[in-house]
Amino acid sequence: MIVKYRSIRGATVCATFACSSWLATSVFAQTPQAAPSATASQQSADPQQIRQELDRLRQEFETIRDSYGARLAALEAKLGASPAAQTTPAPVAPLPEAPAPPAAAAAAPVPPAVEAPGQSPQGGGAQVPSGAAGAGGPEGTLPVYGGAAASSKVFNPDMAVIGNFIGTTGENTIESAPSLEMHEAEVTFQAVVDPYARADVFLSASPDGLEIEEGFLTLTSLPGGLLAKVGKMKEQFGKANTMHAHTLPWVDVPIVMKNFLGGEEGLNDSGVSVSKLLLNPLFFLEATGEVYEGTSGPFQTHERNDVSWLGRLRGYRDITESTNLDVGFSFTRGHNDAGLDTTTRLFGVDATFRYRPLRRAIYRRFMGRTELMWSRRGQDIGDVSAFGMYASADYQFARRWFAGVRFDHSDRAYDANLVDQGPSFILTYWPSEFSQIRGQYRHTKYAEGVTSNEALFQFLFSIGAHGAHVF
Amino acid sequence: MKIRTLGAAFVAVLLASANAFAAIKVVTTTEDLESIAREVGGDKISVESLAKGYQDPHFVEAKPSFILKLHSADLLILVGRELEIGWLPPLINQARNDRIQPNGDRYLDASQTAKILEIPNGQITRAMGDVHPSGNPHYWLGPDNGRRIAQLIQKKLSEISPPDAAYFAQRYADFDRRLAEAEKRWQAAMAPYKGVKVVTYHRSWPNFTEAFGLDVIGYVEPKPGIPPSPSHTLELIQEMKRQQVKVIMIEPYFDRKTPDAIARETGAQVIVLAPSVGGEKGVTDYFKLFDYDVNLVVSAIKQTGAK
Repeated sequence: MIVKYRSIRGATVCATFACSSWLATSVFAQTPQAAPSATASQQSADPQQIRQELDRLRQEFETIRDSYGARLAALEAKLGASPAAQTTPAPVAPLPEAPAPPAAAAAAPVPPAVEAPGQSPQGGGAQVPSGAAGAGGPEGTLPVYGGAAASSKVFNPDMAVIGNFIGTTGENTIESAPSLEMHEAEVTFQAVVDPYARADVFLSASPDGLEIEEGFLTLTSLPGGLLAKVGKMKEQFGKANTMHAHTLPWVDVPIVMKNFLGGEEGLNDSGVSVSKLLLNPLFFLEATGEVYEGTSGPFQTHERNDVSWLGRLRGYRDITESTNLDVGFSFTRGHNDAGLDTTTRLFGVDATFRYRPLRRAIYRRFMGRTELMWSRRGQDIGDVSAFGMYASADYQFARRWFAGVRFDHSDRAYDANLVDQGPSFILTYWPSEFSQIRGQYRHTKYAEGVTSNEALFQFLFSIGAHGAHVF
Repeated sequence: MKIRTLGAAFVAVLLASANAFAAIKVVTTTEDLESIAREVGGDKISVESLAKGYQDPHFVEAKPSFILKLHSADLLILVGRELEIGWLPPLINQARNDRIQPNGDRYLDASQTAKILEIPNGQITRAMGDVHPSGNPHYWLGPDNGRRIAQLIQKKLSEISPPDAAYFAQRYADFDRRLAEAEKRWQAAMAPYKGVKVVTYHRSWPNFTEAFGLDVIGYVEPKPGIPPSPSHTLELIQEMKRQQVKVIMIEPYFDRKTPDAIARETGAQVIVLAPSVGGEKGVTDYFKLFDYDVNLVVSAIKQTGAK
């Protein structure tokens, strides 16, 4: 559709989006049965028909406007009578201007006209507002559309679906991955529970089935600067482990996550997390303590007492307004599958440097990150000490373009003599904040002596209301 | 004796620091709200903004240093209308401050009483770009909304500290008076140019252009939040030529390349306005914000002979 500009002042319903004059008109007078795009495509062939349709729509709109104008007048009268009852934005006290500005007044009558009856937010209300009857509005009791359910919809959680499509080409005899795969559809539900807590639930639908990726309650109003989470969640071990697949700057996860933390899922378990701000004048310091069932990643339980423990200390400081440094230390310990009484201990250090000039924040940014991990795994032959790390850099060089590089190096947790390593090069394109297209070239030298060269590509897309991510 | 003097000194220091802490600690999301809060709160409050005026307020990073500021805040004032949706919620969640949680008594959405334009109706989708379902959030750029915000803040501060209610009321009245005077001045400066056609980069200016009678005929962005595209730019150039548009208003955080190219083609002038207090050097308060912008617009119109 060709986008033509014209003054949209007055046509306030056209709102915050650019639209063609045709779309403006059709949205302006949109009726429940007329979807603008469908109408437009059907009729673009015949201008005569369009004109007729326009006239019809205009007439329809005028009828609607008249009827709602009367209602609005009644409502205004009512609002004037009882200012305490007002729910629409209006000045709190006398102001030089009239409370209902022309734009708002013009816009106000329209919303009911464009909604199907069942969706009307006022559907639950039963009594006609006083004054409406006299002003030509309906009398008596209003019909109840959907009853209590309609008005309770405002309490529905924010919902979103994030699609993650991955394609893989090239040869890899060690780690097989499908050539084309709808890797995951993450369904998220997020809402405030009550004045004391909020809840976040992330369901992951993948070729393996549907599972709870995360589902936790966050207690936001604890005393003493505490923040607690209860549920199934990503454990606060380092950085990459805490991130959902769609927030990683790569298609895959670093090798060290596969070798030490159990792959893409990582340390992700049912448990309790408590964190506290350690207030000091110098920098942001947060200490976190967590306890989990002990069954995720390298951990396995043999009895109920085999819970896994985790501790994390994170420091952050702004260096300038554009640059900052984020450093963390993590430790976790749990039982493993080598024997009844053997444990795995993991220690991690992570450091992130970020640069994002405030004036050019939407065009330029840089992030350099490294995570070093040490694993000590108890086995029947004794403890195996292994080391793994990755270092990555990502640079946004245009509003929609990011280039990145990552280097992986990791021993295998069960045998430090087996080392996997290799570089990756990543290019990401952002059509908008809600979709990403990414390509990654990955060169891996496996401990088995096999070298693989692969090209991965990924489409990420998000629909719905997905909450902002933590920094 | 010595101990007693020390003790007295200690108590004195404690009292002094208690006094210093008695100031209501206000955190705002933008510098505009900071400036207005300062007008109303005077020395009874300390106020700090998270975002800078030259920063795109849609894309602020949720830095942990902001968590610390919110943790100790007595009052959070935000622009609302989903302007901060991409960064404020996780900060509030991690702030460990239950009073500033949404709908807590110390969470003040400044848009409550403001005049909001461009509230979309009907089905909205993200095919329309970054639409704000509850209206255009750049409402502080209408001076009358500054008054409404100030009044809201005055009410809230009086609730928090009833003994100072008279002080806040007096400061609000003073702000209101000075704003009314300034509005007269701005209106007088803009009066000869009512109906002048302009193009803006983003839809940041509806309240400003409405207040001062400018006519926005198009945007450099094809859709809100979507970067300029060649085909849209060509159409815009043609439209600007047809309607003889000579002024392009842009924000300091956007790239000048496309607006400059459009200006070369159309003979228009690109002016970088301050979208917020702190947006440009010297724009240090809410009054100077309009002084600066009105000045720039007037001189651009004069220089280009825009109609």
